[in-house]
Formats: sequence, structure tokens, C-alpha cells
Amino acid sequence: MRRMTIRLLFALALPAVLVAVWWLASDGSTNVYWPPLRTILKTFPDVWTGDRLKTDVLPSILRLTAGYATAAVAGVALGTVIGSYRRMRAVCEPVLEFLRAVPPPVLVPVIMLFAGIGDTMKIVVIASGCVWPVLLNTVEGVRAVDPVMKETALSYGVTGAARLRTLVLPAASPQIFTGLRQALSIGIILMVISEMFAATDGLGYTVVQFQRSFAIPDMWTGILVLGMLGYLLSVVFQMVERRVLGWYHGLRAAARRSS
Amino acid sequence: MRGLNTALGAAGLAAFLALGEVVPRVGIVKEAYFPPTSRIASALWDELTDGAFWSALGDTLTGWALGLAIAVGAGIVAGVLLSVVPHLREATASTVEFLRPIPSVALIPLAVLLYGTELRSVLLLVVYASFWQILIQVLYGVQDVDPVAEETARSYGLGTWARVRHVLWPSALPYVMTGVRLAAAVALILTITAELVIGAPGLGATIAVAQSSQAVPEMYALIVVTGLLGLLINVGARTVERRALAWHQSVRGEVAV
Repeated sequence: MRRMTIRLLFALALPAVLVAVWWLASDGSTNVYWPPLRTILKTFPDVWTGDRLKTDVLPSILRLTAGYATAAVAGVALGTVIGSYRRMRAVCEPVLEFLRAVPPPVLVPVIMLFAGIGDTMKIVVIASGCVWPVLLNTVEGVRAVDPVMKETALSYGVTGAARLRTLVLPAASPQIFTGLRQALSIGIILMVISEMFAATDGLGYTVVQFQRSFAIPDMWTGILVLGMLGYLLSVVFQMVERRVLGWYHGLRAAARRSS
Repeated sequence: MRGLNTALGAAGLAAFLALGEVVPRVGIVKEAYFPPTSRIASALWDELTDGAFWSALGDTLTGWALGLAIAVGAGIVAGVLLSVVPHLREATASTVEFLRPIPSVALIPLAVLLYGTELRSVLLLVVYASFWQILIQVLYGVQDVDPVAEETARSYGLGTWARVRHVLWPSALPYVMTGVRLAAAVALILTITAELVIGAPGLGATIAVAQSSQAVPEMYALIVVTGLLGLLINVGARTVERRALAWHQSVRGEVAV
């Protein structure tokens, strides 16, 4: 109980101090760009009411989910295929390395040409940026499946879908999750940018709109919302990862103890 | 074996380029949206002979290098400090975990207000994004220090600075290098993004101009340049990593195979 309290104290002390410092330092601020924290917090509930949640936050999250899910499915599927065949990997590698190296935000103008400025464009932008880390990590993961396990599966006649489900994908899953984690932050970046470029709703659009109309406290609340969204998504991701990869972390911990 | 792989890779690249030539030519996608490879190549050549392109490239590289350098320096100092001073790591863990996932692009409106299209706007975003990559890796690396080595150094009476220099730093270096490699890629993404969205001078801004003036082949040519730049940075970071860790098990093992 005592240790819990101490840990809680450690976790909360610095954030409390930082917020207090922000509050006090900005309290008498007359600088337009750095409004007092008090004003920002007072503006917050006015700006982010039910209506705005429905018209701006929800579309953003839906686009992110659609793009991210597409990228995850496509990345894992393609990565498994490419990773399974040595020749194919050799053929694709330079092209994939190049495509991955292109900074994803520059795809926004290109995809705008094809898909206009609607939701499709944003989903495609998010998917096309997120797919590379997933794809390349899956290729690595599939390639590194333990050869002994592969031989064993083969000699027991485990092939096709069963092999994929029981051997290849579980063995590659730690790598796949690494890719998915990298893709998550790229996804949020692309969601915001695609909305800043051309949109009529969404978080990115709203925040830029506030900035352009010099509604500075409102802009600050938008930044806070984006920050909270990023934090929430990473917490959710960690929970999912802990669930799915629980066996793997357990295995690693056991290996570390015995060594 | 290596020769065969290189040949296959070259074949793949050639096929990719040929596909880019054929697909718009036969009209599967409109040429206005997706110009054939040869048009992009000639646009690229025009760019290369243009002085404005080189100054944009210079601006981008300046933003990238400066931002990365600041982030690496600050990340290493903060990381070592957090691990060496007792309880500081614990006290900051929740704050780090909270600040890290905040998307740096959320700061774009603030950067625009504070610095306009200056280099400082770009740096604000780049440093914020890449700092966390380094810091987290340094913290992981310090946790990985062999307790026996640490105790040995202590019992030989090495002071804090000597322990940081001879025990902690070499143990953490592989992690730091991974962090630098990740941060180098992130820094490029954020540099180009800042230029694209804010309009700070550089390749990103040039792409935005090409896009708004409907210069489609030029736009693709510039995108190819950013891709090559990214590739170069990846390869460069890997080389630096291998050099700096030439003594380390992981790299030595790699060479032996």
C-alpha cells in the first residue's frame, strides 16, 4: 500500500508541478500567443462540446481508423507473401526501400490529384503512409521464423493456411507490432496534415482555422485535444499489444531469468 | 549469392520504372495525374540544372541537420541525466510517457504564429519529434547496463563521471545509435512536412508550389528527390552506426556471417 502511494506520488508530482508552473507563469500573460492557462481551460468546454465532437473529432478518428486498418491488413498480407519467398524479396527490396524512404506527407499533393479532397483522399493518404513500416517489419518477421520450427511444421504436414495461422504469423507478430506502433504515429501525423491541406472538417482543419482567425485560446485547446488523442491512442495500442503479445513478453522474461 | 540478389533487385527496380512508363502510356491512369517515368526523369533533369532547386535542397538539409543535432544533443544529455540522478527517472516517467505520443504536427499552428515561415518553425517541429526517439532509446540503453559491470566500477571507486564515460555510455551506445537512426528519418519527415504545410523555404515548399501551379511532372520529380534523400539518410545512418559500433557484438557478428 505504501509503495503504491509512493509510486503514485512519483507519477503525479512532476505533471502537477508543470501544470502549476504553466498556470502561474502564464497567469498575468498579456502576450496574445501565450494566453493564461486559466483562459485556455475556460475556453475548452465551450469549444469541444458535443456538436464539435461529432463534426470534427469523430470524422478524424474514423478516417484514421479506416486508413490505419487498411494499411495494417495490406501490410501484413503483402509482407507475408514477400517475406515467404526469397527470390521475391530480392526483387522487391530496392523498390520497397525507396518507397519507404519517401516522406509520407509529400504524398498528400499526389493523392489529391487522384482522389480529390474528399474522405477517400485522406484515407488513402493515411493508408499509403502507414503501410510501409508494417510491410517491411512483417517481411523481416516472416523471414526470421525459426528454421527448426519451419522444418518441424513441414514434416508434420502443417501447410497452407494452418501453417500461416499457427506458425508464421505468431512467430512474426512481435515484429509486426513494432511496425504497427511506428505506423500509428505516422497515421496521426498524416491525419492532421491531410486535414490541414484541404478539408471542411476534422481536427487538423479546425485547429488551423482557429489559428488563421486568431482565436488563440481556441487554437490552444485544439493542440491539447490533439495531444490527448495521441496519448489515448498510444495507451490503447499498448493495451492491445500486451494482450496479443502477452505470451511473447512472458517468454522473454523467463529467458532473462534463466540466463 | 550476393551478386544474384543485386541482379534481382536491379531487375525489380527496372520493372518498377518500366511499369511507371507503360501504365500512363496505355491510359490505365491519366497522364495528367501520373506522368510516365521518362517525363518525370526529364523534369528531374531540369530541376537538377536549376539553381533554385539546389538552394531549396540546401534549406531542407540545413533544417534537417540542425534539428537532428539539437535533438540528439538534448536527448543524450537529458537521458543520461535522468538515469544517473536517483529518482529522477521515476519522477519524470509519467510526463515523458504523456508528452511522447503527442503528434508534433499539432504544434504547426503554434509554430506559424510564433515564427512564421522562418527556419525556427521547422526546428521547433523537428526537434520536438526527434528528441523523444533519442531520449527513449537512451533510457532503454541505460537500463540495459550490466549490473555486474556497474558494481565492479563502483567497487573500484570510479566516480559518477567515470562510470558514465566507461560503463554506462558504451553499454547504451547501441541503443543511442538506433535512436539516432530513427530520429534521422523522423527529422526528414518533419522538415519536409513543415516546409510543405507552413511554407518555410525548402523542398517541401517547392513541392507545394509545383502542386498549386499544376506542374505535375516537376512535382513527381521533387518527390523522387525526397525519396532519394530519405534513402541516403537511411544508408548513411546505418554506416555511421556500423562504424561507431564496430567493437560491439551485434555488428561484429554481422560481419562474420
